[in-house]
Amino acid sequence: MTVESIGHNETRQYKTELIQQLLNEFQHDFPLSATPYADIASKLGVTEQTVIDLLSELNDQKILSRVGAVFRPNRVGASTLAAMAVPEHKLEEVADIISSYPAVNHNYEREHHFNLWFVATAENVEQLNAILADMEQKTEIRILSLPMEKDYHIDLGFPLQLIQGGHHD
Amino acid sequence: MINERQLIAALQHGLPLVSHPYAVIAEQIGSTENEVIDYIRLMKEKGDIKRFGIVVHHRQLGYKANAMVVWDIPDDRVDELGECFGQFDFVTLSYRRPRHLPDWPYNLFCMIHGKDRDDVLKNLDLMVQHCNVAAFRHEPLFSNRCFKQRGAIYIHSQDDKQASKA
Repeated sequence: MTVESIGHNETRQYKTELIQQLLNEFQHDFPLSATPYADIASKLGVTEQTVIDLLSELNDQKILSRVGAVFRPNRVGASTLAAMAVPEHKLEEVADIISSYPAVNHNYEREHHFNLWFVATAENVEQLNAILADMEQKTEIRILSLPMEKDYHIDLGFPLQLIQGGHHD
Repeated sequence: MINERQLIAALQHGLPLVSHPYAVIAEQIGSTENEVIDYIRLMKEKGDIKRFGIVVHHRQLGYKANAMVVWDIPDDRVDELGECFGQFDFVTLSYRRPRHLPDWPYNLFCMIHGKDRDDVLKNLDLMVQHCNVAAFRHEPLFSNRCFKQRGAIYIHSQDDKQASKA
């Protein structure tokens, strides 16, 4: 957990605790009220500006992805998880090509024969398939498309235990 | 009146960090603060929004390791076991996906997070025992390099295309 250089240990500890509380309590049940940050602030016993400043800082540190919605898969648009088996020496080049598509939001190397995994999203299935076909043509590598058929559980919020003081990159 | 597509387009980049964020969204889509709030609440109630709130990048918080564990589960048991996997705190996704034989025999996917690789494997062990699935073929695919990660963009405006190049 990166905390700005505050000299005082207690202040730093307090700030880490505040961030932990903020992240754990408002991954769910974020206030749907006119002034959500003020409502969060009153629950945490701080000012609205403190909450906004903390979130801005977390955003700058790339800890915060966004304050927003996780939509039910395929409720909005069409998406798929796709896999490619890329020769090791071409992995970066192919990954860059895949990442360059605005339709791609996650793109990871995973330890497997199928070593490149990405999620592509479009407004509808036709557009999605056209994008995948275009990728296959550009990279000359076959894409395994594994769209979700049924979701048993999606919850990208889980209890976080922050490591105080350390910087983990 | 709310145009749902416009609302989703405005929301996908996240709420602005200002005192009246829903009013800002409303202004972008020619609606009112109350309409925006009510519509988000409705989408939550209908289950179209699974979660509304703070979304973090886990890697930046010390949750360095994650494995996508893929399973070859008999079709008549996949629902039951998909639900079983979903009970654990450290599992963020549990999905059924199609097999692609012969290359890809796996039909159930779950994502397990942990502080490090051992932590993830320990969590996997816990799941295997609790759901009694040791007999089914499975593989943990640990993530290595992250080439790109951001929220899903469903609707691409001209602005988005420019932003995503940045």
